[in-house]
Amino acid sequence: MRAFWSLLAVAALVLVGLAGAAAAGGRVILALAVPYAAFAVFLGGFCWRVVRWSRAPVPFRIPVTCGQQKSLPWIRSSRIDNPFTVPAVVVRMAGEVLLFRSLFRNNRARLAGERLVLGENKYLWLGSLAFHWSLLMILLRHLRLFMEPVPALVNRLEQLDGFFQLGAPPIYLSDIALLASLGYLIVRRFRDPMVRYISLFTDYFALLLLLGIAGTGMLMRYYLRADIVSVKQLALSIAAFHPVVPSALSPVFLVHLLLVSTLAAYFPFSKLMHAGGVFLSPTRNLANNSRSRRHVNPWNYPVKTHPYAEWEEEFREKLKEAGIPLEAEHAGNARTD
Amino acid sequence: MPGTLVQIESKPPRGDWTDPHVEFRKGSICYSAAPKNLEYLGLPNPRVWQPLDADWKLPPDWKRILLEGMKDRLKKYRSFRLFMEICVRCGACADKCHFYLGSADPKNMPVMRAELMRSVYRRYFTLTGRLFGALAGARELTEDVVKEWFYYFYQCTECRRCSVFCPYGIDTAEITMMGRELLNLIGCNTNWILEPAANCFRMGNHLGIQPHGFKDSIDFAAEEASEITGLKIEVPIQRKGAEVLFVMPSADYFASPHYYTLLGYLMLFHEIGLDYTVSAYASEGGNFGLFSSHEMMKRLNAKIYEEARRLGVKWILGGECGHMWRVLHQYMDTMNGPADFLEVPVSPMTGTVFENTRSTKMVHICEFTADLIHHGRLRLDPSRNDHWNVTYHDSCNPARGMGLLEEPRYILNSVSRHFHEMPENTIREQTFCCGSGAGLGTDENLEMRLRGGFPRANAVKYVKEKYGVNLLTCICAIDKATLPTLLEYWVPGVEVAGVHELLGNALVMTGEKERTADLRGEPFAPARESEALHA
Repeated sequence: MRAFWSLLAVAALVLVGLAGAAAAGGRVILALAVPYAAFAVFLGGFCWRVVRWSRAPVPFRIPVTCGQQKSLPWIRSSRIDNPFTVPAVVVRMAGEVLLFRSLFRNNRARLAGERLVLGENKYLWLGSLAFHWSLLMILLRHLRLFMEPVPALVNRLEQLDGFFQLGAPPIYLSDIALLASLGYLIVRRFRDPMVRYISLFTDYFALLLLLGIAGTGMLMRYYLRADIVSVKQLALSIAAFHPVVPSALSPVFLVHLLLVSTLAAYFPFSKLMHAGGVFLSPTRNLANNSRSRRHVNPWNYPVKTHPYAEWEEEFREKLKEAGIPLEAEHAGNARTD
Repeated sequence: MPGTLVQIESKPPRGDWTDPHVEFRKGSICYSAAPKNLEYLGLPNPRVWQPLDADWKLPPDWKRILLEGMKDRLKKYRSFRLFMEICVRCGACADKCHFYLGSADPKNMPVMRAELMRSVYRRYFTLTGRLFGALAGARELTEDVVKEWFYYFYQCTECRRCSVFCPYGIDTAEITMMGRELLNLIGCNTNWILEPAANCFRMGNHLGIQPHGFKDSIDFAAEEASEITGLKIEVPIQRKGAEVLFVMPSADYFASPHYYTLLGYLMLFHEIGLDYTVSAYASEGGNFGLFSSHEMMKRLNAKIYEEARRLGVKWILGGECGHMWRVLHQYMDTMNGPADFLEVPVSPMTGTVFENTRSTKMVHICEFTADLIHHGRLRLDPSRNDHWNVTYHDSCNPARGMGLLEEPRYILNSVSRHFHEMPENTIREQTFCCGSGAGLGTDENLEMRLRGGFPRANAVKYVKEKYGVNLLTCICAIDKATLPTLLEYWVPGVEVAGVHELLGNALVMTGEKERTADLRGEPFAPARESEALHA
C-alpha cells in the first residue's frame, strides 16, 4: 500500500511536469521558479538540520568498538576499527563514508533445521556502493552543463565513464550501474519480506523518484535527445542568476527537472539526510580513549547519592561487629551533645 | 531434548507493524518493580501493578510527561536526535539481533525496535509527521504504544551488535536506554532492575548484602583459597592507605560459578603480594542504573570514586564484569570524575604504566594479569586445565564498548593448552549476547532468555561437536549467572567459568601444597591420560 502511494506520487509528478510543459506559463514556472525554490529549500533545510544536530551535545563518549583496544604496548590494537586518536577516527569515518565499511560486514543469518547458519552477504553493500558512486559520477558529469569552459576533470571523467564506447552515443558505465543498483534496491524492498515489513512510504518514494530521474535523464541521452544547447543555456543562466528560458526545452527535460527539484526540496525533510548525519554519528566519530582523556558532559549535574558517612551511620553496629574499620568511631560519642 | 526446543517460526512477517497491540505472556516479560524500591530511590509513580494487568495505573498526565521527556532528551543527546532521523531502513541490522533470531518476532528487528519510538517522534516532533500522519510513518502516542514500548524495550539487552553492522552506527542500545528512561518517568519499570539498584544504593551491592555479610563471604572465600593452596590468604577490607582498591561485581562473592573466579583473584593477589583492599561500601562494580537511566547510573557509580578517595588508594582495579566495564570505561570519568586524587596506575610488579587509563585510573583485571604473564611474573602450569577444552565468549560490553578482546585470550592461551575459538561471525565485535543482559536475566523471563541466547548457544554447540569443547569462559557476571541455564537447555555438557578461575587453577604459588584438584574440587586430568585425550 505504501509502495502504491509512492508510485502514485511519482506518477503525479510526471503528469504535472508534462502538463506544465504544454501550458503557456508552465514552462517558466518549471524551468525557473521550481528549481530556484527547490534549491533554496534544499540548502536552507540541509543547513538547518546539520546545525540542529551539531548543537545537540554529545554527553558521553560512546563509540562502538569493532576491534582490539589500545591498551598494553605489546598487544596490537585495531587502529581504525577501534580508533584511539583523532586522525584514526578520520580514517574510520572515511571508510564509512567512502567505502561503507560497516555495511561490508553484513552477513545473512538463516535457520537450517536446528542450526543457525551465518553466511556471506555482500549484495546490499555492493548495491549501495554502486548506487552512491554512480550517482556521484553522474552529478559530476552534470557540471558540464553549468560551466563554460567545461573543466578538464569533467571531460576526463566522461571519457572514463564512456570507456567501452558501446553504442552511439556511448553508454556511460555510471548509467548502467545506477539503473542496476536502483533496480536491485527496489526489488529487494519488495521481495525481501523483512525489508518489505519495515519499509515506509518515504523508502519507496525516494527510490521511485530517483528511478524517475534516472529514467528521464537516460531517455534524453539515448533516445529522445534533448537540445543540449538550450539546456546548457538554461543551466548557465540559472547558475549566473540571470535566468533565460530557451524555447527549445523538451517536455522530458522539464519532467526531469521537476523530479530533481522535488528530490532536492524533499531531501532535508527525509531519511535522505543520512548523507549529512553519517558524519555526526557518535558511535563512529569518537575516539575510544575515554579512560585516557576525560570526556566532559556540558550538562553534567549533581545527583542524589548515598555518601559514605550516611552509609556508615546506617550500618554502624554491623560494621563494628564485623570488625570493619570505622571512619567516625570517636565522632559517634561526640554526637550525643 | 533440543527436539522440543522453543519453536522458532521463520515465517515472513505479515501485516502492519503500526498496530501497537502486544500479547503479554508469562515467560517473555519481566514483572513490575515493587513500590518500595521506587520509593527508596525516589522514583515517580510507585504502585502495585503488573504488565499482565489491563490497567497500568499510569499517572493522569502520562502523555505530557513522556513527550516532555522526549523533548528534553532530544536536546541533551545528539545520539538520540540523530538516530531518530537518519535511519534509511536498509535492514542490515534485522538478522543481527539475537532476540529476532530466536523469536522471529519482526518487532525484534533492531530497526523496528527503533521505529516504535521513531513513529512517535515523527508524530510530535516533525513537520511531515504532523502533516501527513501515517503516510509519513507517524503514530499517535497511546496507552497501547506505552505497553508496546515496555514489551520491546525490556526485550533488548543493549548489546550493540546491530550497531556494528549499521552503516550509520545507529545504536539500538541508545534508543532502548532512552525508551527505558522515558518509561521510568511514568513508573513503568521492572523489579529485576530496580531492586538491585535500590539494594546497591542502600547497601552497596545489587544483592543487598550488608557489610557483615560481605565480610563473611570474603572471609569464607579467603579461607577456602587458603585451604586449597595451604597458604595463609587474607583479604583486607576497607584498609586505608592500600595501593589499590579492588572492585568486582557482587555476584563474584555470592554466586556460582562466579565464586571460583573470586578464588582465582585472591590467589593471584596473594601470590604477587599486591597491596590492595576491597570495600563493603563500594562492593559492587556492576551498575543496574545503566538499565534504567543515566541519572541512576551516575548515582550508583559515585561510590567507587568516593571510596577510593576516602581510603586514599592510588588507583582502582576492576574485576570480570560486562556492563560494569561499559560504565567504567565510557561513563564513570565523565559522570563522577575527574579522578585527580588518584595516580596513573602502575603495576607494582612489572612497572608497567597503564597509559590507556591515565584519566580514569581504573584498570581491567585482564589487562593487569596479561601484563604480569607477559613479563613472566607468574609461574603457570597449563596442564592443570587439561580437563577443560576451552572456548571464549566475548561479553558484549567489553567487546563493543571497549575492545577488550586480546587480553583475555592471551591469559587463556597461557593457562590452558586446549583453546578453540567459536566461528568468527559470533566472536569479538560480532559476539552474540547471552540473551539475559541489561536486566533481563530473571527466571520469569526464561522463555525469552532461552530464545535470545539461542544464537550464542548455537555457536557453542558447533565447537562442542567439532573440538569437544566442554568449558565456555567469559568475563561477565551476568554471563556466568545465566549461561549455565542456557547451555543446559541448548548444549548440555558445557560448563561456564571465568578467565581468572582457570588462572587460579594454573597458578603455581610460592610454597603451595601439592594440588590435585581444581578450584571446583574436580581432580586434574592425570598426566598421561590427558596427553592421550588431546593427541
